[in-house]
Formats: sequence, structure tokens, C-alpha cells
Amino acid sequence: MTDLFSKFDPLIEQRRALLAGGVEDPFNLVMERVISPTVAVCNGRETILLGTYNYMGMTFDPDVIASGKQALDDYGSGTTGSRVLNGTYAGHKLCEEALKEFYGMDHAMVFSTGYQANLGIISTIAGKGDYIILDIDSHASIWDGCKMGDAEVVPFKHNDIEAMEKRLKRVPEGAGKLVVLEGVYSMLGDIAPLKEMIRIAKEHGAMVLVDEAHSMGFIGPNGRGVAEDQGCLADVDFVIGTFSKSVGTVGGFCVSNHPKFEIMRLVCRPYVFTASLPPSVVHTAATSIRKLMHAGNKRAHLWENSKTLHKGLRDKGFQLGTSEPQSAIIAVIMPDLKRGAAMWEALLHEGLYVNLARPPATPAGMTLLRCSLCAEHSADQVETIIGMFERAGKAVGII
Amino acid sequence: MDRAATAEKIAELIEPFNKKGIAITEATTFAGDLEWDSLTVMDFVAAIEDDFDIIISMNQQAEIETYGQLIDAVTKLQG
Repeated sequence: MTDLFSKFDPLIEQRRALLAGGVEDPFNLVMERVISPTVAVCNGRETILLGTYNYMGMTFDPDVIASGKQALDDYGSGTTGSRVLNGTYAGHKLCEEALKEFYGMDHAMVFSTGYQANLGIISTIAGKGDYIILDIDSHASIWDGCKMGDAEVVPFKHNDIEAMEKRLKRVPEGAGKLVVLEGVYSMLGDIAPLKEMIRIAKEHGAMVLVDEAHSMGFIGPNGRGVAEDQGCLADVDFVIGTFSKSVGTVGGFCVSNHPKFEIMRLVCRPYVFTASLPPSVVHTAATSIRKLMHAGNKRAHLWENSKTLHKGLRDKGFQLGTSEPQSAIIAVIMPDLKRGAAMWEALLHEGLYVNLARPPATPAGMTLLRCSLCAEHSADQVETIIGMFERAGKAVGII
Repeated sequence: MDRAATAEKIAELIEPFNKKGIAITEATTFAGDLEWDSLTVMDFVAAIEDDFDIIISMNQQAEIETYGQLIDAVTKLQG
């Protein structure tokens, strides 16, 4: 018998070797108690959270929590059904109304996760004979959406406008074209030159989908994302987003002005063949989205945090993913996985949680310590974080 | 461009990517013999695409395992 698991042997061995060094397992952390959006007790220690994507700190917002509790009382713990059968409750419609208002768009469709939103929309709209032109550093959910559909998939070098244009030019005459971009790329925290890319995509007759998962709530005057910030949101055909970052719960969505968009509810399999989000989740999401419309002060404070941390770490001698802070993600580049894991553990012992990211999730085989800031981090916490990085970096020999 | 001319051009293009100087035959595999990672594959595919002014989609790349198959595919894609 061939053991179907033998294909995982290299990864099993890599993990074994890493943990044999005595390092705490970076992929088995337990949050035992969560005190606030920025502090939790994990693995027995009180820890500052700097790797949660909880950009706007909505997880403990009193209005958000109250709406969730009320929904549990009013609608029960779950819908036990698909959106197209018994799974559409008042809360799902509230959520979609809030999204339409948030983005100023005609249609909104809520999925059970952000992953499913990309999976469903991409695999459904790009069919056999169509072409998907996408950035090579796209999120796994975008790649999986491509793999699930029947379109021809053509990647181009990360954020390379010319490489994108060359590929658009070579698509056979008459074929449907979908360009897939992200506002913020989550590994390095860099943003895309959306304005120029979307202009070129439109010139070549392509429809454009932009994943704004890491920018919603924070980037742009109204927190609509990088496309809003660059003044090109009106040219985006489909915006994909998530509730699991700035919104502070779980779920995904697509908003669009396409006049036929509603048909997606019948043809998009990851929407149809799964249970809808629980009532408490959609009510917390709807409340949070509405509050995010008026969160200008929090956005300003989050930018301050991002700038302070970026400058602080750079001044201490760390190598960062971007030369300037472009989002609420600051990626600290590690020399290799071994020292990256050691640094991750040293930070945890200091009382700081960040994400350890490694290949294949990262570009160019890099090991990263990815920091995501929160609007609820105080200026003092950010200074504390910089001090923790300095001590851990010196202990591990990275700076 | 016929197969022979295409093969000649690809041999030229692969040179800078064949850092280990492996002797390449039509049976050489990219993943196994050349041990290319995904970034190298992307850069090499882009070089071929740009030179021949073609698209080799991921779907087509999945069918190309050997150097000989690549020459066949590029010959065909030029139409």
C-alpha cells in the first residue's frame, strides 16, 4: 500500500527539526484568555497582540457585542441552512445593506468566510475560455478560486504594471478577461498601484476584481480601501472583503455595481452549498461596519501607530518589507526559518505575539515576522513593542 | 518558427536559469532534474512568453514536465 501521507514527509521532517531545537511551536499557540483587542493570555503569559489583523479593534466594541448578544436571544445560535434556502435571516440582509452603504455600491453578497468569497466569485465568473490575469503574490483563496474554475490562469510578476499589460495584450481576441488584484498584499504589507493597473486593465476590456481584505476600514478617506484612496474605486467591478479583520468577526463578501450581480446567488456554489453565518455574527458585523463608516479618528491613530513602529524598527536595524509604511502590516524580514523561529519565541517570552510567516505562504522563500497594528494599540504599547523587538533581536543575534 | 528554430531559441533563453550547469536533454524535467522553485519557473516562463510573444497559462504549464514538452508547446503556441 502506498501511504498517501508520504508526500508530507519533507514538511514533517522540517517541523521535527525545528521543534527538536526546543523552540515553542509557532503554529500551536493557544489564546487562553483575551483581555482586549490588543492583550491576551497565551501559553500562560500576558501578551501584547501584534499579529491579529484586528486593525480597527472592533472585537470588544460594546455596541458590537450588544448586537451579537441580542441576536443570539432573538434568532438562536445558528441558521442551519444555505442562504438560498432557510439560511437568510434579517441579519444577513442588514449586513448586506450596511455593506452597500459602506461602499456606495448597488449590490452586496455575504459569504461564510472571505476565503469562500474569493473562491466563489472567481471560479464562477471566469469560465472556460476566459482568462484570469493575476498577481503572482495573490492570496491562497484567489489561487484556489482560479484552480476551482475552468478559466486559463495567467500570473504576472508582483505589482509589475508592464508584465500585466504584456499578458493582457496576448489574450486571444474575443476572450473574456478578469484581472485580479489586491489592495494590500498581506505578506509584506505593500500596496498595489491600482490606479494605473486598473486603467490599463480597462483599456484592454478586462473586468477587475480587487481584494481589499487588509485595507477595509482603515485605508481611504471612508475606509473603503486602496482603490478609494487612489481614486479608482468606481472602475472596480468587484470588491472582495472579509469580516475577519477590521470588522472583527468572521465572514466574507463581494460588493459590485454590475447590473446582473444578483444572479451570483444562484450560480455561485461556495455561496449555495454551505450554511450561512450565524445570526450573532451577521448582527455584530452589521453594527461594526456601520461604526467603521465614522471611524476617521481611529484611522488616523492607526496610521500613527504604523509610522511609529516602522520607524522604530528600522532605526533599531531591522530589515523591513517596505521602505515606507504603506498599511497596518509591518513585515520584519528574518535571515532564515531557524533564526526567525528563535526570534518569534524570544518575542513571545518578552510578552509579544507576532505572526511567523514562512514559505510557501511568503514570496521569494522569505521568513517573516509579520506585525499587524491595531487602532487600539496605545502609543505607549507601540514604544513597549519596539523595546521588546530590540531586546529579542539582540538576544537572537539578528541586530 | 519551426521546432528546430524554436528549440535553438529556448536553449539560449534557458542558459541564465540553468545555474547548476546541468546538461539538458529533451527528457530533462524542470521540477526533478533542474530543481527549480516556483519563482524561477515564473521568471523563466515570463522570459519565454516575452520572447515568443505568447501566453503559457498555468493550465498549460501543468502539462509541461520535460524540456521536450516545452519545445513542443511553444512550437504549437506560435500557431
